[in-house]
Amino acid sequence: MNSISIVDILIVLAKAIFVMAATLKLAALNTWIERKASALIQNRIGANRASILGFDLAGIFNTLVADPVKALFKEDFVPRGVSQFMHSLAPFMGVFPILISLAVVPFGPPIILESRTVTLQLVNLNVGILYVFAMGSLAVYGTVLAGWVSKNKFSLFGSLRASAQMISYEITFGLSIIGLIAIYGTLDLNEIVNLQSGLVYGFLPNWGIFAFFPLNIIAFVIFFVSAMAETKRAPFDLPESESELVAGYFTEYSGMKFLLFWLGEFAEIVVAATLVVVLFFGGWQLPYLDLATIQPDLANTALSRFFNINFGVLDPYIGPIIAMHVFAVKVLLFCILQVIIRWTLPRFRYDQLINLCWKIMLPIALVNVVVTCYFVATSGGN
Amino acid sequence: MTDVRNNWEARELDDSLRSKTMILNMGPAHPATHGTVRLILELDGERIERCDVDLGYLHRGFEKQCENVDYNQVIPYTDRLNYVSPIINNVGWVLAIENLFDVEVPLRGQYIRVIMSELSRMCDHLTCVGAGAMELGAFTVMLYLMQAREELYDLIEQVTGARLTISYTRVGGLKSDLPHNFREAVQAAFKKIEKHLIDADKLVSRNRIFQDRMADVGIISKDEAIAYGITGPIARASGVNYDVRKAFPYSSYDHFEFQVPLGSKGDNLDRFLVRFNEIYESMSIVNQAFKKLPDGPISIDDPKIIMPPKDEVYDSIEGMISQFEIVFGGIKPPAGDIYFPVEGGNGELGFYVVSDGSGHPYRVRVRPPCFVAMGIMGPLLEGHTIADVVPIFGMINMIGGECDR
Repeated sequence: MNSISIVDILIVLAKAIFVMAATLKLAALNTWIERKASALIQNRIGANRASILGFDLAGIFNTLVADPVKALFKEDFVPRGVSQFMHSLAPFMGVFPILISLAVVPFGPPIILESRTVTLQLVNLNVGILYVFAMGSLAVYGTVLAGWVSKNKFSLFGSLRASAQMISYEITFGLSIIGLIAIYGTLDLNEIVNLQSGLVYGFLPNWGIFAFFPLNIIAFVIFFVSAMAETKRAPFDLPESESELVAGYFTEYSGMKFLLFWLGEFAEIVVAATLVVVLFFGGWQLPYLDLATIQPDLANTALSRFFNINFGVLDPYIGPIIAMHVFAVKVLLFCILQVIIRWTLPRFRYDQLINLCWKIMLPIALVNVVVTCYFVATSGGN
Repeated sequence: MTDVRNNWEARELDDSLRSKTMILNMGPAHPATHGTVRLILELDGERIERCDVDLGYLHRGFEKQCENVDYNQVIPYTDRLNYVSPIINNVGWVLAIENLFDVEVPLRGQYIRVIMSELSRMCDHLTCVGAGAMELGAFTVMLYLMQAREELYDLIEQVTGARLTISYTRVGGLKSDLPHNFREAVQAAFKKIEKHLIDADKLVSRNRIFQDRMADVGIISKDEAIAYGITGPIARASGVNYDVRKAFPYSSYDHFEFQVPLGSKGDNLDRFLVRFNEIYESMSIVNQAFKKLPDGPISIDDPKIIMPPKDEVYDSIEGMISQFEIVFGGIKPPAGDIYFPVEGGNGELGFYVVSDGSGHPYRVRVRPPCFVAMGIMGPLLEGHTIADVVPIFGMINMIGGECDR
């Protein structure tokens, strides 16, 4: 085994920054998507004033900057008689686990160079999916703490609802993918994505959703609904249901602390979308084109000959770069899907929400696990 | 070891878990209480044990104010009663005074009042239905219906020059006639409104979450509705077939064919659907009124009641005198009292006016439909969850201006 060189450390650092920044920026981009998509759905004009040199689309950047700047200059309100430390701790506890939960997600095939192989995944945990779930469970503490320390009955209700909701949906969340884990026989996300290459029946992409064809669609629906419940957004936004609980668990938060909760919510959308893509939609895999083994011979292209430069050095990067873009597009599509659902459906009532989880989704998930495992066992497993 | 365990179990069985109810103040400034009302909820977890409704935060002394102004000057005050459908309030007030005088407005004036009342009723129902959906989180439905309401506001603006505080009627007639091509404008607007209604309907009518939230929540039985004196869409949702427009037709409402939508259960969903269907009925009434709309004057020809046109004021001594009389002394109905109900957005809106023959009302009393309906709010909420407060409150549709006066 080679000793760890400074280059290895730099690569890991770069990947860490990249994953963190990608999560944050995707979350921030979601705020813009949410504004624009909701406006489109509701026949409003929406965010259209911000622009750079007349380019409306460049207004995205203004939006990304304007929100934090506004929040930074706002009064940081702490209710009287509240522990300042705990009050500040809650938003961090809410947002931190979400931001680090994408560390195990592979976002492209490894870049194979002559000297080393760079995996496009921050850490390759062999229990990757469990790690993501664990981080998701930790996020509930921030919410609960925010409700308890706020010294406000509405906040308390919000946090109680949040804890019950998130813990309940964790169960269906986990159960829905047991079938998938049985099919792939691994908890390693990198391995799961690698197994989703190729085609089934000759035309369908060999994605998780199409494994044992109709069965995993049920698993996907349960998983997606549970993931949306974890994000605490409509139709599952009971913890903050603005019409009855004012703003729910973050009623007493303002300025940057409020923005952290907000950011956490949008980052959770990204995490949910990423998990759906990784587990059910082939991660970075592109159907009909194997990006892991792609051989772009750039040295022999017309471009190379014309400029008389050997573009061949870029060869190892082409596949991974395309894969990363494929991955990003898939994730964004699922983010947009969540935004559309959020602006279409009304919200559940508390008892209906819990009934949906324990009386409808849990039995279906259990049956799905049994049936999938039966098929896996009879087909000889893998 | 066994002893300890037995003791522990015994103690646990004897001691019931200590639990206390929590008092939660919803309002007066709370996002759900559009208008200002305070709900004092005694909660057992999410369940409401007891609810105390505290009204009156928007009390402005409407009835007392009326005693200090003349009869026509009350009309702008009535705009502020149910500010979502002000024309119905205007019409109700002037009809009460016209009945004191025992005069009747010409047919054209009556028909225009019907048209404008129904446009107003549509505004009211669109707002209520939209807000009801929004409070369940369906914000998009609300905005679709607000767009529909905007079309109506544009129409009302064309006629009256104002959108919210309209003061369109006068005792003995109307401020002005309909503008040119108003019928075409209404037809065009109705087409757009129907499209918005269909869009909104698609979002809610087959939406399982919406149906579950609304159905079987806040049930008011037919007997309860009658016992509490509830009228309007809320009572009709409980199956009480009472509509002032049918029972005591005013302003030639008996010239038009329309259905009174009735509910069967009296739950939130019925109240929602009754209002939704009444929007269509109102459209049909407006269309009929346009078909039958006769030519002629819009106001009665009585210089003691209605202001003379400006050229008469400037050119003739009679006109000048009658203008002076009406402005300084006010119109003077004969001594007596009258109770006159009209069908407001939320039910029977009645004006009780006592006249002593002077230019000012001696006493005015309003029967606001939602004040009466709020009587059932407390008992209705008991046993429901906090999340149900908002839709129930929304479907009772308390309008602060009207309720607290």
